[in-house]
Amino acid sequence: MLHIINKSPLSNNSLDSCLRVAQSGGDILLIEDAVYAATTGNAFEGKIREALEKFKIHVLQPDLEARGLADRIIAGVSPVDYGGFVDLTTANNNCQSWL
Amino acid sequence: MSEGNSIKKFMFVNRKAPYGTIYALESLEVVLITAAFDQDVSLVFMDDGVYQLKKGQQTKGIECKNFSPAYRALEGYDIEKLYVDKESLEARGISEEDLLVDVTVLGAAELGELMNQQDVVLSF
Amino acid sequence: MSTIDVGGKSYETDEEGYLVNLSDWNKDVANYIAQTENIEMTDQHWEVINFLREYFEEYQIAPAVRVLTKAIGKKLGADKGNSEYLYGLFPYGPGKQACKIAGLPKPTGCV
Repeated sequence: MLHIINKSPLSNNSLDSCLRVAQSGGDILLIEDAVYAATTGNAFEGKIREALEKFKIHVLQPDLEARGLADRIIAGVSPVDYGGFVDLTTANNNCQSWL
Repeated sequence: MSEGNSIKKFMFVNRKAPYGTIYALESLEVVLITAAFDQDVSLVFMDDGVYQLKKGQQTKGIECKNFSPAYRALEGYDIEKLYVDKESLEARGISEEDLLVDVTVLGAAELGELMNQQDVVLSF
Repeated sequence: MSTIDVGGKSYETDEEGYLVNLSDWNKDVANYIAQTENIEMTDQHWEVINFLREYFEEYQIAPAVRVLTKAIGKKLGADKGNSEYLYGLFPYGPGKQACKIAGLPKPTGCV
């Protein structure tokens, strides 16, 4: 299953809830303001490092670049472009866009 | 989608409190519409979404429609799979007895498993 | 926004003829709306209208036709809880027509 998150984890608990409920082995894609979660030095970094043991975590590169953070991606998080976004949705049986 | 009788598993994940935003009411409307098309519908209430089911809502003072009685009508629509996240209830000091409908309380792992089994998962 | 005039009073309706304010409803208004729908109200009609009003009072929604049919069957018996009977009373659909006469909003999911 693919989980898509689009809110910063420091202002919204979607990512927290997703990490708590999602089944291990699933894909998590961080887009829009959720890309902040994928950057080093962010208060959420520890949780992402922990989550990397359970999930495949992806981040949408254009959203990272737009925010000036392309050089601060946490090791283990994989950047994807829009084509990669589409590949993730087709590779999974179902998908949830968390609000 | 073209076969007239294909039944899909729809899960609605409700994570917002009822009156501050329109999400809870919109979700309820979509749920009722989906049920009218004879689909397999289940509802999850987690995070602030559990507040949607709190007994005793009185909205006169805020001049909003109190839509909480409609959750009790879901049974008549054959929507009987109502799941509530245990941890979200606990974090808000709410127990199963405080809720206005019968629900199944589940832990995170069980919720995640159910989520994986769906054809369509919609967030509200 | 349109209005209907009944007994010297004016009531707001939406463009499809549903009452805007649920509290405006009374039997005269119901009879008037029924007339515009070419329905002559009988005891059988009133039984359904009253049932709908009670349902709305309890759940705050207008039931979908399938739900209404089932609930009527439970309360008034199987001979009334079926589409033939309800469409016989309200030819353009018990959801649409009966809800309008009962002063309720159009049922959710009813187009």
